[in-house]
Amino acid sequence: MKFLFIALICLLPAFSFAGVAKDIADDPVLESRMIHLAEKVRCLVCQSEPVSTSHSEWSQDVRNIMRDKMKAGATDQEILDMLVERFGKSVLYDPPVDNETMPLWGAPFVMLLLGGVFLYVQLKRRRSRVAEAVLTIQDEQRAATLLNESAPIQSDSSNFPHPNPDGTTSHSTKPASGQVAGYLPEGEGTNESLRGLHVKDTQA
Amino acid sequence: MMRYILPLILFLILSVFLYKGLGRDTREVPSPLIGKAAPAFSLPILYEPARQFSPKEMLGRVWLLNMWASWCEACKDEHPVLMEFATRKVLPIVGVDYKDKREDGIATLKKAGDPYDTVIADVDGKAGFDYGVYGVPETYVIDKKGVIRYKQIGPVTPQNLRDTLLPLISELQAK
Repeated sequence: MKFLFIALICLLPAFSFAGVAKDIADDPVLESRMIHLAEKVRCLVCQSEPVSTSHSEWSQDVRNIMRDKMKAGATDQEILDMLVERFGKSVLYDPPVDNETMPLWGAPFVMLLLGGVFLYVQLKRRRSRVAEAVLTIQDEQRAATLLNESAPIQSDSSNFPHPNPDGTTSHSTKPASGQVAGYLPEGEGTNESLRGLHVKDTQA
Repeated sequence: MMRYILPLILFLILSVFLYKGLGRDTREVPSPLIGKAAPAFSLPILYEPARQFSPKEMLGRVWLLNMWASWCEACKDEHPVLMEFATRKVLPIVGVDYKDKREDGIATLKKAGDPYDTVIADVDGKAGFDYGVYGVPETYVIDKKGVIRYKQIGPVTPQNLRDTLLPLISELQAK
């Protein structure tokens, strides 16, 4: 008796199904086509969910209307147009590029451009802050021996004259060929012992 | 100096955007139906299912189309506003009982009062869909030529009735 009772209780879930409305088409091809299209449509009630996965009543209605239209032979584009006509372009996850949506599509490029300009200005300012190294003949000779070079280092005349960070142009009055100006970024030197020649602006 | 001012300016710009975003309801999507002809439909009158109503009947008059339902909570807030507005007899108000059981709709109007000149039953919501409804209440101002001139998403309040709807209605009626 007890066993029968328990068996009966175990059977209870079988009777608990609810009579929900059918939310699926009989034709699996049509159903998958509909779901595929519904992925492109925003559920306006739940906002961050596509119509394809939303359980809202509105999304169910949209799915049903999509099925009906597909059965009636409408193309995907016709169905999307029909939705846009009623609910506006924001119903599409991938809104078309036109005058109205131009700010939306253009904004990333404007941001990129602004970032580029900012980077350019920053780099330019950084460059002008780099100090000029004025080397004496002794320094130059030391560099030459360190580099194992027989020829004396040629100064890059195109780099001259650079103003000093303090605004003076001390060496520009005497851009002698025996002077070397330049800046080698830290860690890029091929020769470790050249480190001593790297001169950076200490005021920065 | 610039290095202190620039972040401040950026912060202020961002603040303006965030502040504007605060008061905005993201569910309010601009209706593409404004300036377009009100979609046609033919639906039974709530009280007399044998009789049909079509927006064509309202041509030549400025009228209000109000979508509501007995299951809609926001409509309960809106209802007294419509009741008061109806006593002023400014324009015909047509109610659409959206996705509702006929008897529930009738019961609600019996209990709370009926502000509508005509009430239509849109049991399956097909007409509502054509009007771009995705939640109730929504209210449309339709002009003499049958063109939708305004769509109110969410309940009509005394404020927007006074500031937006009434000026538009009198402007349209004067035409």
